[in-house]
This record gives sequence, C-alpha cells and structure tokens, in this order.
Amino acid sequence: MSIWEYANPVKFMRVSGAVLPWLVATAVICTTGGVAWGFLTPEDYRQGSTVKIVFLHVPAAMMAINIWVMMLVASLIWLIRRHHVSALAAKAAAPVGAVMTLIALATGAIWGQPMWGTWWEWDPRLTSFLILLLFYIGYIALWSSIEDADSAADLTGVLCLVGSVFALLSRYAVMFWNQGLHQGASLSVAEGERMSAVYRYPLYLSMLGFLLLFLALVLIRTRTEIRRRRLAALQAREMRG
Amino acid sequence: MLALLKRDLTLATRAGGGFGLAVAFFLILCALVPFGVGPDSEALRPIAPGILWVGALLSSLLSLDRIFALDHEDGSLDLLATAPIPLEGVVAVKAFAHWITTGLPLVVAAPVFGLLLHLPGEAVFWLILSLLIGTPALSMLGAFGAGVTVGLRRGGLLLSLLVLPLYIPTLIFGTEVTRRGAEAADPFTPMLFLGGITAGVLALVPFAAAAALRVNLR
Repeated sequence: MSIWEYANPVKFMRVSGAVLPWLVATAVICTTGGVAWGFLTPEDYRQGSTVKIVFLHVPAAMMAINIWVMMLVASLIWLIRRHHVSALAAKAAAPVGAVMTLIALATGAIWGQPMWGTWWEWDPRLTSFLILLLFYIGYIALWSSIEDADSAADLTGVLCLVGSVFALLSRYAVMFWNQGLHQGASLSVAEGERMSAVYRYPLYLSMLGFLLLFLALVLIRTRTEIRRRRLAALQAREMRG
Repeated sequence: MLALLKRDLTLATRAGGGFGLAVAFFLILCALVPFGVGPDSEALRPIAPGILWVGALLSSLLSLDRIFALDHEDGSLDLLATAPIPLEGVVAVKAFAHWITTGLPLVVAAPVFGLLLHLPGEAVFWLILSLLIGTPALSMLGAFGAGVTVGLRRGGLLLSLLVLPLYIPTLIFGTEVTRRGAEAADPFTPMLFLGGITAGVLALVPFAAAAALRVNLR
C-alpha cells in the first residue's frame, strides 16, 4: 500500500468521491464557524471593529502562498513520475490560489484604508503578493493557451519551477527596495508577541476552514478535469470508430 | 556553436531582421516620458534611472519571440535540436546573439538617452555598468519565455505576461545601482545582487528553456 496508488485515476475518483461530501461539509462548518466566531469577538481597543477582517485576510494570505507550494510539489511529481492526476491537481489549484491572492489583497486594502490611511502602499508584503498574483495569472494563461494536454502540463510544470524561484527572489528583492508598513508574522510562537486567545482561536478555526475549503475545491476541480479527459477520449474514439 | 552565433547575428542584421528596432523603441519611450511627466528637469532627474531601466526592459522584450519563432517555422529548430551540440548550448548561443543585437546597443545608447532625461553625470557610469551586468539575464529569461511559447499561435502577448514578472528582481537591483550612483551612495551591494542574479540565470535557465523547447518539438 503506497501513496502512489492514488495516482491511478480510477482509484482517485473512487476515494475522492467518498471523501468529498464530508470534506465539503466540514469545510463549510469550519469556514462559516471561524468567520462568524471571529465576528462575535470583542472590538480591539485600537483598531475597533476593523480587526475582524483578520479572519478572512490571514487565512486567505496563508492559502495563497501554500497553494503555490502545493502546485510546485504537484508539478514536480508530474515532471518526475508522470502521474496525470498530479498535473491536473496543479491545474485545478491555480485559479483557487489566484482568487485567494485576490481576497488577501482586497481585504488588505479594505483594512489598510482606515488603519494606514491608504488603500495601497508599495510595502514589501503587499508588493510580493501582487507579484504572486502575476505569476498565478501567467500560469493560468499558459494552461489555457496550449491545446495538447501533455505539452501543457509539461510547460506549465517548468514554468512553475522557474516561477517559484523568481517569486522567492522577488520576495527578498522587494524587501531591499522598500521598507515595510505591514506588521510582522501574525502568529508568532513567542508569548507576548502573539495576539490574545480571544482572536487566536477563531483565527485557527478559520484557517483550518480555508484549508479544507481549498482541498474540497481542488478535489472537485480535479474530478472535473479527469471527467473532461475521459469525455475527450470517448469522443476521439467515437470519431475514429 | 560559433557558426550558429554567426548565423543568428547575420540573420538579425540583414534586412528584415529588426536590428536597431529595440534602440529606436527605447528612444521613443524616453522621448514620450517628458511629454507625460512635463519638461521640468527637477521632475525628470529623480525618475530617470527607473525610466531608463524600464525602457531597457521593454525594448529587449520586443524582439524576444524572434529568438525561436522563425527557426521553428522554417524547421531549422528541429535540425538544431538534432545537431551534435546540446540544446542547452543552442539556447545559450541564441540568447547571447539576442543580447548582442538588442542588449548591447541598449547599453551603448543608454547614456545618450540619459542626457534627454537629465540623468546626473556621475550616474552614467553606473547606468552603463548595471545595464551591462543586467541585460544578459533579460535575454536569457526571454529565451526561456520564447521557448515556452514557441509553438503557440498567439504567443506574443502571453510571452510578455510570462517574462515580465521574471524581470522584477533584475529591474529592482539595476535601478537601485543607478539610483545610488546618482546620489553618490554605495552602489556595490545592489550590484553584487544584480551580478548574482545574472550569474544564476545564465547557469540554470538554459536547462529550463531547453526542457521547454523539447516539449514543444515533440
């Protein structure tokens, strides 16, 4: 029994089909629960009610980065072991990641307006998210413009590898370029630096919800892609026959 | 490899090769900026390094699709792929030829265009140096983008979308060198970063570009 067995589309479809309803249910519960619980938290003494954006902003930002990492891993698996499910999962994850990046940028702008007095600031964190969004857009555009499925998977895989290196490089290059307005890490391990438990636990729940939501969306989208492949194969057979 | 370099240079400089087009584009860009910003030299001086670098970036973007597209159309790319020299070497030579025909003229022309934008005299040396160090990375990254999009019918627009984000680190450090040169600050730290990026790109990107080309030639 190895994890690679799930690279078989038939097995993947069976397992993911069984898991999916549960995953969707828990994702909905955790996300709405986390955001609703966050909405009921007391107002921050300095930031007032705007602090509640954190329950959307931080999970979305976390997922935006981690989805790219997941795409990188999936692309590597495709390039090395040539499992089609892996390539399709990377394809399925990209639009979700782009939307997460957009959510993080938009909620950040809405939060930044009352707090910093500006919708946008060329701060290193904000700038690197904008750059990340550009990489997502390029990746999605490349997928959609190549007709042959295997070439598309190969080329986007290579692009994902190169893009990862340059996204990371840009992340540190912009720190050199401008000093920041954004606060440091939101979830520090050190006591005293981290936010109080009132905010922390709803945030954990919301982050878990976003993670499950992402998994559910990727499974759904990957299943759609597999079905689309099967349909194309059937149609091709019909044409020949 | 020398023969390939000579062939590419000849093709680029003969009629229809588009040689010098990048410099002309660069000139237009530098001439347009004062119309947008105003002719005030106090307003132009601080943005001159950035304009020159962004201009160099866009000008080198202009001729990227030519690196492989024409060879792909007439089939010579297939011959090159089966030639005894490795495809990585082909990519490197073609990127080098692209740099000689677009990057190098930009480096030579940049000081003159700097005058148009009131770039301070002491920054000119740093501008030339940073362009000289940075533009090879632009050509090489462009070759990667061209390799990825070579088989596509509407590759041109996609090519810029893919390549421009990759140019960001080079742009940041290149502008920083020139800006610090203009302000008589220490330009060596960003220059080392710039050199590091170029060295890394030259060493690694040919492999990625060759991998993309192999997929497209399959």
